[in-house]
Parts: sequence; C-alpha cells; structure tokens
Amino acid sequence: MRVVRHVAVNVFKESVRDKVLYNLVAFAVLLISTSYLLGQLTAGQDVKIIKDLGLASISIFGLLIAVFIGIGLVWKEVEKRSVYTLLSKPMRRGEFVLGKYCGLVLTLVINVAVMTVAFYAVLAYMERVATPGVRASWATPATDPAMLKAVVLIVIELMLVTGIALFFSTFSSPFLSAMLTAGLWVIGHFNDDLRNFGAVVKSPLAATVARGLYYVLPNFAAFDVKAQVVHGQAVPLGYVGLTSLYGITYLAFVLVGAVAVFSRRDFK
Amino acid sequence: MDAIRTESLTKHYSVGFWRPRPYLALDDLTMQVGQGEVFGFLGPNGAGKTTTLKLLLQLIFPTSGRAEILGKPIGDIGVKRRIGYLPEQPYFYDYLTAQELLEYFAALFGYAPAERRKRAAALLDEVGIGAERRLQLRKFSKGMLQRVGIAQALINDPEMVFLDEPMSGLDPLGRREIRHLILRLRERGCTVFFSSHLLADAEALCSRVAILVNGRLATTGSLSDILAFQARGWELVVGGLSDAVLEKARGLGHVTRVTRLGESRYALELPLTPPPERILADLLAQGAQLVSLNPLRDTLEDVFVRQVSAAPRPRGLEPA
Repeated sequence: MRVVRHVAVNVFKESVRDKVLYNLVAFAVLLISTSYLLGQLTAGQDVKIIKDLGLASISIFGLLIAVFIGIGLVWKEVEKRSVYTLLSKPMRRGEFVLGKYCGLVLTLVINVAVMTVAFYAVLAYMERVATPGVRASWATPATDPAMLKAVVLIVIELMLVTGIALFFSTFSSPFLSAMLTAGLWVIGHFNDDLRNFGAVVKSPLAATVARGLYYVLPNFAAFDVKAQVVHGQAVPLGYVGLTSLYGITYLAFVLVGAVAVFSRRDFK
Repeated sequence: MDAIRTESLTKHYSVGFWRPRPYLALDDLTMQVGQGEVFGFLGPNGAGKTTTLKLLLQLIFPTSGRAEILGKPIGDIGVKRRIGYLPEQPYFYDYLTAQELLEYFAALFGYAPAERRKRAAALLDEVGIGAERRLQLRKFSKGMLQRVGIAQALINDPEMVFLDEPMSGLDPLGRREIRHLILRLRERGCTVFFSSHLLADAEALCSRVAILVNGRLATTGSLSDILAFQARGWELVVGGLSDAVLEKARGLGHVTRVTRLGESRYALELPLTPPPERILADLLAQGAQLVSLNPLRDTLEDVFVRQVSAAPRPRGLEPA
C-alpha cells in the first residue's frame, strides 16, 4: 500500500502542476454568473435551474477529467518511457496501475468536493436573498442535503469511468481509449433499452445478445439521480448504497482486468 | 554467486498485422557476470543490448530461457531493492524538480523523509547537479537529465547497476565524470553492467565485455583475454641493426613492416610465425641489440568490427 500511496500522490501532484484544478475556477465562474443572470430573468424557478446546472456541471467536469486524464495515465508513462525507471524500483506492475488509478480518483474527489462546496455556497446565498414568498414556491429547500446523494453517485460513476479509461489505457492509444470509454458511457446511459430490446425485435438471438450485453455493460443510468433530487423525489439511502456497491464491484473487475493486461505487457 | 546468469535467454517478437513473422531480438544468450565486475555489453545499434537489459529488468518477458540476478530469478521484487537502472535516453516526470524526483524514487524504497532528502541531495552533488536541482526537469538539458538518471539509479545504494548507454548525451567533461563515477562504484564493490557502442569507454572501464551482434553473443571474456587472443604479430624494437641484416630479414619474410626510430634503431613488425624468439636470435647473432619485444594486439575496435562483419545473419528470422 505504501508504493500505491506514493504513486497516487505523484499523480495528484502532476494534476496540480499541470493545472487540471483550474477547471474549478471555470466551474465557479459558470455557476456564479449563471445564478446572477437567472436571478435577473426568472422568479422561483432559478433555484431549480441552478441545482440542475450545478449537478450537471459537477458530473460533466468530473467526466472530462476522468476520461481525458484517465486515458493518458498509463499510456503516457509507456510512450515517454518513464515507466522503465519506475518499474525497475521495488514495485509490482499491479501497484503501479492501482497507484495511478488512486491518484486520479484523489484528484477527482477533491475536484468534486470543492465544486460541491461552491455549489452549496451559491445556493445558500440564493436562499438568503430570496423573499419568503419565493422560498415557499420551491419544491425543496435551496440547500437540500438530499442532493449529496446525487453527488455521492456522481463520484462512484466517475470512479467507474476512470477505471474503464485506465483499463483501455493499459493497451490502446489515447484516441481509441477515449472513443471506447465514451462509447461505453453513452451505451451505459441507455442500458435499459438493451434489456427491453426483445420487445422491439423479432429475432430471439438478437434479443438474447442484447440482454447479455445489458448484464455485461456498465449501467451508468443507475447512477443518475440528479433529476429526482432536484424535483424533491425520494431517493432511498438503500438505493444509493446498493448502486454504490454495484459500481464498486464492477470497478473491481475492471481494475483486475487492467492489472492483468498491464502485468503481461511487453514494453518494446 | 554470479551477479547475472542467463541461460539460453531468447526473445522473439511478432511483426506484421496480417501475416505475423517472427522478429529476432535476442537469441540464445548464455552468459555470466561476476560480482564486483564492470561488465561492458557491446554491440552495434539494434544488436539486442537494450532488449537484454529490458529482459533482465522484466520490462519485457522472454520467449524462452531463464535468467538470474544476484542469485534470484528476474522479476523478484527483493532483487529490485538491490539494483539500480538507467534506461537509454531516460525521461522523467518533467513537472518535478530533480530533488523531488529523487525523493520520490527514494520513497518507493521505503526510506523515511529525512533520509530521502539526504540521499537525494548527496547524489545530486555526486553527479554535479547544483542549484538547478530546484528547477522542474522540463528545463533540463539532455546531459543534465542523463546525470539525474544516473543519480536515480544509485538512490538505493545498489549492489548492482544497469546502465544503458550511460555516456549518451554527455559532453567530454560529463563523460569523464561518469567514468570516474563508475570506477568509484567498482571500488565500493558495486557490479556495473553497462551497454555501450562507445568502445573507448569500455576499454577504459571494463574488466570483462560481451559483444552482441544480430541478437547473438559473438564473444565474451575478459578484455585482456579477448585482445591477447587476437594478437596478430609482434613488435620488436632493436638497436645496432645494419641495413644489410635488415634487408636479409625482409627478404626472408621475417619482417612485415619497418619504422626507423633513430640511428640504426628500428621498430620491426614480425608475423606470428616463425616464432619471434627465432627471428630475434638471428638478429642478435648478427650484432643487433634488443630494446623491447611486445605482442601486437588488436584494439577493442578491431575486434568489434571483425565480429560485427563476420557474424552470420540468422536464418528464417529477420535481423534484430
């Protein structure tokens, strides 16, 4: 674990020095300027829109970091040959892969945490300046803690996306990794269609294949509860727990795959 | 116990997507390197030197054969604690400073933070990186990166170091410093295995060498053995030699080349046969005086060029 920790801290240091965290500034500017503009244009609906926009931004900013850094994590080390020196140190290849993964997840978690704090700060400000009448029109309080459930599931989803990007990065180019990761992410958001494919096609074989894919491919739609929390619909803690468990179990398989592929790879 | 022992170590790659063909990178390498030696691993570009180093460090996996480092199979994590490695044209994290990079590598060996700082500072002093150690590596020249690379290879005070083209990118002064560093490592008892195509460095530093050509071991042994074995004649320096005696010796084919050094003093090149004792006895009997007699040895470059030119290309496989 010591080696994994050192590799992870180094990845985090790289993110900071390569100015990845600058996205936080972009997020803050986007959120604050939008809330100001909405405050001028709408009454009552502005908090809901800010919630929608804030949660979607946390998800998209995180996704961009997860995919675009995740796909280069291992590939860059191999391409630039820094991996030669690193793997000659007392380190197993699996520790290298896990260290890289944990480093990026650390970057993502800090990103999401800071964005969430900024998000709640903007909402708290809006709650403070709103009149009692406007507040009464809101479906849920501006700083509704239930939104944290959505944030937790966004983090688990980003962890899984990072794992998938890292897996592809262990054997393919960044472009291909990005395409494959993005492809899985899109398919994963329409996973229910695969399950119900049998209802729209006549071929039993196609239906069976689609159903098989439904079980094999990651179900990213399950992590998306943003609309529910914004509209005040209940999201049971049990659902959050089980979905997180699903995500972490899937992630474990992906990471085992990444370690297995990387451990057998020749660095020509 | 040998520092390195390889038995029939072989690496083939498949090349081509539609019709994969075997590509010979290293074929049946069997050799030993003793502890405390400075061992030169020589060969032209593409001979398989880097492939061998990568195999020993498990950056690639052998097609067949086996190897041991310090008595343990390659890939043993315990062995990695006892070795250092400088890759060819090393690249390091350019967002770190030299000091940070070395501290990071020291951390991977489990050293405490104070020890990491101490080791990193001492090694950067040793390789001649001064105040620049506080700069990010992206601002370093190729030669400075090479020095940092050598420093990182020594961060754990290794029993054995693998240096892949350690003089690459260094100016003459830098090369001399690294030569001295390698000699200091030898004095400490550290085994140094270095690959190079710079024969002057090998000749100056190595106790033993191996020459690799087309992925195959062409020759190996101590430098003195390889060069003595390749003696191609004798150099006899004599005084008091008359022109008539010299002409007679030439006529008999006992002298292949004559260099006049002074008044009746000559340096004569003699063939391997007849034995130099017989020629010398004839000359002495005719009034010449012996100054010196030495074997004419090939330089390492002569041996190298001969081995490279003579090596057959392996059949059925593309040259490495």
